[in-house]
Amino acid sequence: MPDLPKHPAYKIIGKNYTTPDLVAKVTGKARYAEDYRAEGMVFAKLLLSPMPHARVRKIDASEALKMPGVKAILTADDLPAPAASVTDLGQVIPANPLGEKGLTNEPVYQGEPILAVCAVDELTCAEAIERIYIDFERLPHAVDPLESLRPGGSNAREQGNIWIRPPQPQGQPTPAPLVKDLKWTEADFEEAKQGRLPMGKLRPDGVEVAPQSDEWSWGDVDAGLKNAALVLDETFVTPNTSHQTLETRTAMAYWQNGKVYVHCSTQSTQGTVPYIARVLNVDPSDVVVISEYTGGGFGSKITSSVSAIIPAVLSKKLGVPVMMRVSREEEHYIGRARPSLHGRLKVGFTKEGKITAVDMFVILDNGPYDPQNDANNSGRMLSLMYQPPAMRWRGVTVLTNTPPRLSQSQPGGFQGITLMEPIMAKASRKLGIDQVALHRMNAPEGKAPIGPPPAPNGKRTYVTSAYIKEALDRGVEMFEWEARKAKPKRSATKVRGIGVATSCFVGGTVGYDGLFIIKPDGRITVQSGIGNLGTESVHDAHRVIAEVLDVPWEKCEVVWGNTSKNLPYTCNSGGSQTTHAMTRAAWAAAQDAKKKLTEIAAKKLGGSPADYEVSRERVSRRGGGSGLTLAEAAQEAIKMGGIYDGHETPAVPKEIGAFTAAAAKALAGQGLIAMGKDTMPRDGATHSYVAGFAEVEVDVETGVYRIVDYMAVADVGTIIHPRSLGGQVLGRSTLGIGHAIGQKWVYDPHYGIALAKRFHHNKPPTILDVPVDMQWDALDIPDPETPVGARGIGEPPVGAGCCAILNALSDALGDEIFRRAPVNLDTILSSLEAGRPMQEPLTAHI
Amino acid sequence: MLSRDREGAGGETKMAIVRDIMPAFELFQPANIADAIALLDRYGRDAWVMAGGLDSFDWLKDRIKKPKVVVDLSQIGELRGIRDWNGGLEIGAMTTLTEVVRHPVVKEKFGILSTGAEAAASPQIRNQGTLGGNVSQDTRCWYYRGGWKCYRAGGNVCFADTPTAINREHAIIGADRCVAVNPSDSAPALIVLDAQMVIRNSRGERSVNAEDYFVGPDIDITRMNVLKPGDLLTAIRIPATWAGAQFYFEKVRDRQVWDFPILNVASAMVVSNGSIERMRIAVNAAAARPLRLTVVEDFMRGKQRTAQMGDMAGKIAVGPAEPLRYNGYKIPLMRNLVKRAVSGVEEAKWA
Repeated sequence: MPDLPKHPAYKIIGKNYTTPDLVAKVTGKARYAEDYRAEGMVFAKLLLSPMPHARVRKIDASEALKMPGVKAILTADDLPAPAASVTDLGQVIPANPLGEKGLTNEPVYQGEPILAVCAVDELTCAEAIERIYIDFERLPHAVDPLESLRPGGSNAREQGNIWIRPPQPQGQPTPAPLVKDLKWTEADFEEAKQGRLPMGKLRPDGVEVAPQSDEWSWGDVDAGLKNAALVLDETFVTPNTSHQTLETRTAMAYWQNGKVYVHCSTQSTQGTVPYIARVLNVDPSDVVVISEYTGGGFGSKITSSVSAIIPAVLSKKLGVPVMMRVSREEEHYIGRARPSLHGRLKVGFTKEGKITAVDMFVILDNGPYDPQNDANNSGRMLSLMYQPPAMRWRGVTVLTNTPPRLSQSQPGGFQGITLMEPIMAKASRKLGIDQVALHRMNAPEGKAPIGPPPAPNGKRTYVTSAYIKEALDRGVEMFEWEARKAKPKRSATKVRGIGVATSCFVGGTVGYDGLFIIKPDGRITVQSGIGNLGTESVHDAHRVIAEVLDVPWEKCEVVWGNTSKNLPYTCNSGGSQTTHAMTRAAWAAAQDAKKKLTEIAAKKLGGSPADYEVSRERVSRRGGGSGLTLAEAAQEAIKMGGIYDGHETPAVPKEIGAFTAAAAKALAGQGLIAMGKDTMPRDGATHSYVAGFAEVEVDVETGVYRIVDYMAVADVGTIIHPRSLGGQVLGRSTLGIGHAIGQKWVYDPHYGIALAKRFHHNKPPTILDVPVDMQWDALDIPDPETPVGARGIGEPPVGAGCCAILNALSDALGDEIFRRAPVNLDTILSSLEAGRPMQEPLTAHI
Repeated sequence: MLSRDREGAGGETKMAIVRDIMPAFELFQPANIADAIALLDRYGRDAWVMAGGLDSFDWLKDRIKKPKVVVDLSQIGELRGIRDWNGGLEIGAMTTLTEVVRHPVVKEKFGILSTGAEAAASPQIRNQGTLGGNVSQDTRCWYYRGGWKCYRAGGNVCFADTPTAINREHAIIGADRCVAVNPSDSAPALIVLDAQMVIRNSRGERSVNAEDYFVGPDIDITRMNVLKPGDLLTAIRIPATWAGAQFYFEKVRDRQVWDFPILNVASAMVVSNGSIERMRIAVNAAAARPLRLTVVEDFMRGKQRTAQMGDMAGKIAVGPAEPLRYNGYKIPLMRNLVKRAVSGVEEAKWA
């Protein structure tokens, strides 16, 4: 094995420390959106649709409006039309005309907000809502994507039941997606009778779509399957799961001097400004977002939520602050969810276990609004994780009258891994090859290829690095895999099983800015635009500045959580991009600080900047001699002004982002202002990896099983903060374990109404459902394509957690027990009784 | 169907509903049983009796039940505590589940009650939830609790028993129009201990056998127990009869904590020379009320406590079971739980 890359010895990076928000969190002093109060504040509550699909013909709110204390009613007609979004590169993405607005006159899922009532308190709001009469025209509904594809099946939207992405005309902006009507034939559905996923056509005849939007492939899939020693053809269904953040998406808003101040629950701080501006249709410079603490997001609050504009619009109408607390019931409906994928995969293996080809077909249960990318991403991540030499992917995105979906930790990647991993476990049994060995021989290595070629005959893209084989090796050792394998499988009514799974996802982006001040007292104030969503990256990423400048962390202060405090252009905290993107941005800003410090020293003390170096809180002549403390240098910077104290900024947007330049100007004169854009090269797409190991014990008389042990090893680049990394590795693994053991939706299909809508129905895992002493480790091998070597970790543990459990279950029980996740005791017990899979494999939401 | 008004042909005018916000009501917090009874008498059907509040707040916050008056029992000291009662125990109805779980005499003599109570809900809920509340709680059928106008809610249909209904957690035995189940974990333990439920109203005090405290839909489709307006469950008395017997309790649930039973089983037996001298056995979450399985008790009396007899007992127990579309697994589950409750956890027969 070649020598693995190592990072230099760091003083701060890789060390544990106490984050500055910790005490407030554990003492309850931390203020979340609903903890704020403002003078004259009134409250709003939502009226939700009782039907899965209907048209509002008339609203009679006369009785409600007569009630004392009722201030206003807001309907969809009062909301601004969402503006088109403009990317950083100036590309215009038009608003989807069939997209979500926050309130609606055509509810497309039960629980969709129709109007909001504003009153002096919530009780009055509720009583007023109960006096509102709505005349509905009931429209056809579909809550099961497969049923919608049946001949004569009903559609979720009047326009049809599938999303397609039309081709982009030359030189034109990306067109909005379109809804089309797709029905499969009875002959297609013959397969369903055998529990196999029908695979009908991808789109109606004659409909053109953008390249690779519903189908892509490379290599000779047919030959790969034909020449395989083993071909498995498996149907598997992953669950719809609500994000179920502990903090609901409450928002409070008020207007002052033409600016709207929004206290909301969001994953991103600076990144939420453009979103709120777009959905409110106001200028970003008129939006202030305050969110110091967020009680979980998992992809459901990347830039807050469309519902956050309701109190803002009401506040504008009434001239007083408006608080809209979102209840747990409301959160179930508007709180977003991961879309289920129905998958059918044909996978060929050589007798030695190498994958020869993958033929993948998926149906995405999209919900009623904007098309999600989970279907396409499921194929893409599968292609990276298992490195098939030939692969075809096909996907249909079906609209249903169920709550809107949004990215959830490892979106699409989770589903792709979860469709594939049971096949890996089955192949290992069929071929007599150890599960770890089978994963290892098919795992990516180094700059491994990912996805289809970007264009016909084009070359496939590749990742920055992959050391998942090393993670598997570490796990085998730590988990004592061989010893566990050798243990007896059965005792009394219990049967044991062990499982391994590998998982991957995007682990970082590039191109953002860092901004900090070296104050005249020598202390550093970092302007953090990162959201405080619980991952601790809001502080962790900036430790790079202290490391590069050789300043004790105790002398650094982080400003965060309020965009009126002059924050730089920052990535959204979603898709595990933050640690990678913002350590790079911090690195870039630190380089700018070094440059300015050495220039100041040269100007003050003579010589050229190259004669100076920055270390131990000083800028001093190389090899000893004169120098300045950081405090002195900051004082000089203020005297010198210009670029040194922020009065001048580099060119926007090429050298620095507009937000950063504006923030720097506002901070100008406070010290040495350091700022930098990450323009550093990167060869490959950044991805992270996790190997998960599990042991389960199943009671065959009850179907109840217990997770005996779980362990995860991450290949996530350089470790920045071990404690927060461990929290992510095991926390997100637990999120994945929830998908294996119980988390789900339940719908009455006839009425299209949610039956499971509270925690005790949807069953997210509790802390007692996972082993108390779960172990984790990380390789700490730096990524070769980023200065500090760190990547994001939020996503890949999810698939590893889920699938390690699934594979341990099939190791214990065999291949004929389950064909969907979650796997509950009813599935196990009834299949064991019958000796074949008994659960309806293709029915949604049971 | 989800609103309080009628659906016409074509268009449907609906009065809007809102959930998860507590409505206003008049709150009484009497300090003694007599005052509580007087309040219940005065307000009759308009009064809601609240013990720990876990079931009550759910109903109230969802605005599906809107009582004018709530009588909160939390301030009544005489409803709390565990005392000696003719060699057995008298447990005040407002004693928390945690107090029941931790009580040394309960643990020592009537361990099955401690185990059953500890299986309920979560540590926080057991700190607040009471024994009286746990046995008297309403069903958790998600149609009924969701506000659907079903038989149990005074309507004329069971939404959980249609060809497309999702009824994984519903009844396999004793369904009569309604297919809801009783969710209590302490109830089957109390039945096997032959507990007496002490009920007081303005006319006096009576006691009812635990197994007769619960009613199925055949008797009254809108109630889970015999309590009528004006009645107050004050205490639960456990006779010495089964003190120190051999007990078995098992609860099957999806999550290890904070989950209602999919099924539970409780048994008490006195064995001499390997044969069963006397036994009681009950299951819950199989029917709308906890079921005492006298057919199993009769079958096992005087018989050897073997795996084979356990198997037969299990089969007898599920004789009357009828599955719905999604709950067929409850039949082998109940069969196996009864088997275990009779003959213990045996070596499985591996093929």
